[in-house]
Amino acid sequence: MPKRLLGLLLVLPALAVIAFLFILPLIMSAVGAFQVEEAFGWGNFIKTFDLYTKDIIFTVVIVSLSTVLIGIASIAIGGYLTLGEHPVAVAILRWLYRWPMFIPFIVVGQILRTFLSKNGMMNNTFINLGLLTPLDAVSFLDWRGIVIAFVWKQTPFVALLVAGAMASINRDTIEAARNLGASRLRLLVEIVVPQVAMTLTVGLILSFVTMMSVLSVPLMINAQSPTMLTADIAFRVNSYGDYGVANALGLISLVLAGSVAWIYLRASLKERA
Amino acid sequence: MTAARNPARRNPLAALWWVPRGIIFGLMAFFIFGPLFNLVLWTVAEKWYFPYSLPLEYGFSSWAKVFAPRGGAMQSLTNSLVVALLTVVVSLVLAIPAGYALARLKLPFRGLILLAFLIPQAFPNLTVYVNIARIFYEIRLNGTIPGVVLVHVSHGLVYAVWIATAAFSAIDAELELAARNIGAGAMRTFMDVTLPLAAPGLMASAVFVFLESLDEFTGSYFVGAPDVNMLPLLLYTTAAGGNYQIASITALLLLVPSLVFMLIVERFLKADVLSRVGH
Repeated sequence: MPKRLLGLLLVLPALAVIAFLFILPLIMSAVGAFQVEEAFGWGNFIKTFDLYTKDIIFTVVIVSLSTVLIGIASIAIGGYLTLGEHPVAVAILRWLYRWPMFIPFIVVGQILRTFLSKNGMMNNTFINLGLLTPLDAVSFLDWRGIVIAFVWKQTPFVALLVAGAMASINRDTIEAARNLGASRLRLLVEIVVPQVAMTLTVGLILSFVTMMSVLSVPLMINAQSPTMLTADIAFRVNSYGDYGVANALGLISLVLAGSVAWIYLRASLKERA
Repeated sequence: MTAARNPARRNPLAALWWVPRGIIFGLMAFFIFGPLFNLVLWTVAEKWYFPYSLPLEYGFSSWAKVFAPRGGAMQSLTNSLVVALLTVVVSLVLAIPAGYALARLKLPFRGLILLAFLIPQAFPNLTVYVNIARIFYEIRLNGTIPGVVLVHVSHGLVYAVWIATAAFSAIDAELELAARNIGAGAMRTFMDVTLPLAAPGLMASAVFVFLESLDEFTGSYFVGAPDVNMLPLLLYTTAAGGNYQIASITALLLLVPSLVFMLIVERFLKADVLSRVGH
């Protein structure tokens, strides 16, 4: 028994940090969302939906679209790393895809802001190659810029997880299907992806939550209306000191992230039943 | 190599596959390295405006401005480094005992405790930082270095605790037993046997925490600004002010440690530790 007590004592300081610096403020934000001048009520939510319904939809659409694109890209990368037949091509891809993973979001915002602007390097390159005329060049610094930034930064992370899971699949089933004449695309869709579905879902949910809480990318790339909920929360606090509406917005993004996790939990429970 | 194993020799047309491969890899390389190359160009651009696709003059005057002894950038750089180093120290002081207990001692609710450290990564954290700023304002921690360090610790603790736990459980318990058998006390065994063996794993967790702290924007934005200026905040304000040279140099300063670490991470995180993370 004293050994157990000692163990708890050793863990306690670290747990206390999480409790006081994360769980307590989280509860405060949930309570604060319902607080209107010392009384409880729905006032903050009425105001929030009045002002920010458009931004809520914008956020959901942007993050969902990014999640789908990240999923497709990481399956493609993982699939090629697993099923690709040419060792040199596989090695090139393995070297190439990981670079954006450790680049901080704020830096991603800055470099894509200069790259994707109307006179940025992307448009300039296409114009110099004759693929685009200067008159047709448009800035991508709107919802598309945010999606590109999210996909750019998060794909390597999910692809790394997915490729790792794919590498540990039993090769025999793949070889058997290949011998029966299945094309590589069919192998990927019907045999490989179903076996890594769990890992893929976990990676995508973690990405979803991360994208829901990134402030720097919307601030750097597109801070005009409509924008993402994170930028609205920062604006509400910094410009108005309005913690009620900020907490209501926070609770809404929490519910959105939670519902995605809930879908995953239900699916995994069904699988086990 | 036999002909059957080499697709290029099996089918002379297989070389044609390099056309679609080349196009796809080329596009990927353009979209991955293009923005990075653009960033490097901005750091040495003296004059660059529409409609020129490359800078008109190159030079290092912006670098001189950033590293000028009285420039605001030096202040941010120092703050960022001090906060990151303190965050590492505090995280390790908390994580080493916790990791040892989670790896070696029989703990009730061990799985739940491990999961608890993941909470800060698993919830949208912006609203949490807003409320931490309110608490810190009450207890006068807002706008101070210790305040920012505490926020970064709460966020980085998952790496510190999970990797430390994995590092301790990868050590052979027999070695500790041997030390105890020849008369070393529990503390002596831990300091002389366990800790040195776990050092590479702990080193990796320290680097993870250091990078998390260096790159953290949201918490510093609410708790630190405007009194404690950090590199990510400097990047944001200079970019918002349209000073792309200073913003790009700041971005490069944040970028290089991350890339270096990506290239060497496998050296610190050995497979036997990596496979135990989260277990």
